[in-house]
Amino acid sequence: MTRRQAVDTRELRARYPDVFDRPASARLATPAMIVAAFAILIYGLVDLDFSPSRFFAGLSQLGWITLMMIPPDPGSSLPIYLKALGETLSIALLGTTLAAVFALPVSLLAARNVVPSNILRFPVRRVLDSIRGVDTLIWALVWINVVGLGPFAGVLAIAVSDFGAFGKLFSEAIEGADQKQVEGIRASGGSPLHEIRFGLLPQVLPVIAGQVLYFIESNTRSATIIGIVGAGGIGLQLAEQIRVLEWQKVSFLILMILVAVAAIDFISGKLRFAIIGRRAVA
Amino acid sequence: MTTAVSILPEQQLAVLNAAYRQAVGRRRLRLLLGIAVFAAALALAGIGAEVNLRTLFTYFGNFISYFDRILTLDNGQRVWTDVGEWLWGWRKWLKMLGETLLISYVGTLIGATLAFCLNFFAAENTSPAPWLRFVVRRLLEFARTVPGIVFALIFVIAFGLGPMAGVLAIAIHSTGALGKLFSEIVENADMKPVEGIRSTGASWLSCMRFAVVPQVTAGYASYALLRFEINVREASVMGFVGAGGIGQELVVAIRKFYYSDVSAILLTIIVTVFIIDISTGWLRGRLFGKEART
Repeated sequence: MTRRQAVDTRELRARYPDVFDRPASARLATPAMIVAAFAILIYGLVDLDFSPSRFFAGLSQLGWITLMMIPPDPGSSLPIYLKALGETLSIALLGTTLAAVFALPVSLLAARNVVPSNILRFPVRRVLDSIRGVDTLIWALVWINVVGLGPFAGVLAIAVSDFGAFGKLFSEAIEGADQKQVEGIRASGGSPLHEIRFGLLPQVLPVIAGQVLYFIESNTRSATIIGIVGAGGIGLQLAEQIRVLEWQKVSFLILMILVAVAAIDFISGKLRFAIIGRRAVA
Repeated sequence: MTTAVSILPEQQLAVLNAAYRQAVGRRRLRLLLGIAVFAAALALAGIGAEVNLRTLFTYFGNFISYFDRILTLDNGQRVWTDVGEWLWGWRKWLKMLGETLLISYVGTLIGATLAFCLNFFAAENTSPAPWLRFVVRRLLEFARTVPGIVFALIFVIAFGLGPMAGVLAIAIHSTGALGKLFSEIVENADMKPVEGIRSTGASWLSCMRFAVVPQVTAGYASYALLRFEINVREASVMGFVGAGGIGQELVVAIRKFYYSDVSAILLTIIVTVFIIDISTGWLRGRLFGKEART
């Protein structure tokens, strides 16, 4: 058994030199990358003030916090929390709708098959990219400066940051649409607006509706956190309760968020399936 | 050229027309109903979110002029006329940006390592016991659903102010997100090598090491890089709650109305995010390209 194996190995070595005698650079590449990754990790840990004593002290503190969170208890403020949750859902719905309404015409400008000239398309795309590069929380801070504290600032923050995302996604959907129908409309004498209305929109609307629903879902999560900087919703309550160390209320609020997000996931999943399913049938 | 257009007799046509109208009418009705429900939900949401259109119209000018103000220096000139004055704090900001990148790097690496350790228990085809899979999956779901900044808020209290809380918050959130994606890759892996190795009498650990890991590492690396990209954005706002990084500077500048600083910091953040997006995109392209070639 062992003898046969030895023969096999020698024969294999002779037959496949590429596999057994790889050049040193190829053999060392992976370990070198791992070492480099760990070197940066260690440097990062030192630079960011990690220390075992601090870590374990914090961990035991965290253990205490977790213990104090049980059982979750809203106290007497359940109605306020329910209202805040409604506010959060409203922010997500309104912000996403507003973004979609404004992004649709702009995305036409950013799509290659609608606007062939680079001169207009390039700046539109870069503006959309810059809007997307700024986080929703930052937009919330800016809007708070403009319209004051409250959920309205949250709606506008979500609307602006989604406007960037939608503009890109919609224009990609439009670029992926079938050109034949547009050509058909043009052949029968339709104007450019007719081409968009009857040739493009029927194709892209189901895709867009699916994306909007998905964003309403993901914005429910974003809307929970923009309250932390003062833009209304359940995040405001959560940040306040964390700051005053009311851990039972905190855990109740986190549970409420989890349940709400799961419910929205479920509903929008069903709706999206209905829209996409109808499209697959048609 | 003559074309034969068959014209149906009136009676036959009437039946078809009626059927068509009925079908279209039903669809229109459903669409109208959907729109009505949506509009009602919007109106309700408008009341819930205290939307006040008059406020918007009066203040929309402020929004535009806000950008005018953040692009103006203290001496009343446009920022790009005096770049040195505009980016006066670039040393400090670059240092904070470096810290932001380090936070996201360390957080992503810790999160990816934890996700790597957990995902084999969460995948349907490799999990040693159903109850273990259930527990790990719920754990990952929890880590994924609670927003990173909420973890940061709590960690700031437990671990103290500073980047450590940000790193741990990002690490936990990444563990949840990556754990799910990793376990999906494992579920799509070919099970034949696992059976081959198990038939030699190997333990579960060796099965994972020699049969599953070689199949999935490229996918893991690609998702981890994507996550790093997302985490850079997230780390840029961790400073809002005192968890380190450039967000700290930004929130101070916004709250204290240091207008030109706001635009300068935003510019550095946007540029950094662009650079990270482009470079990880290139790196992922190379990884995927290599995988496709072999």
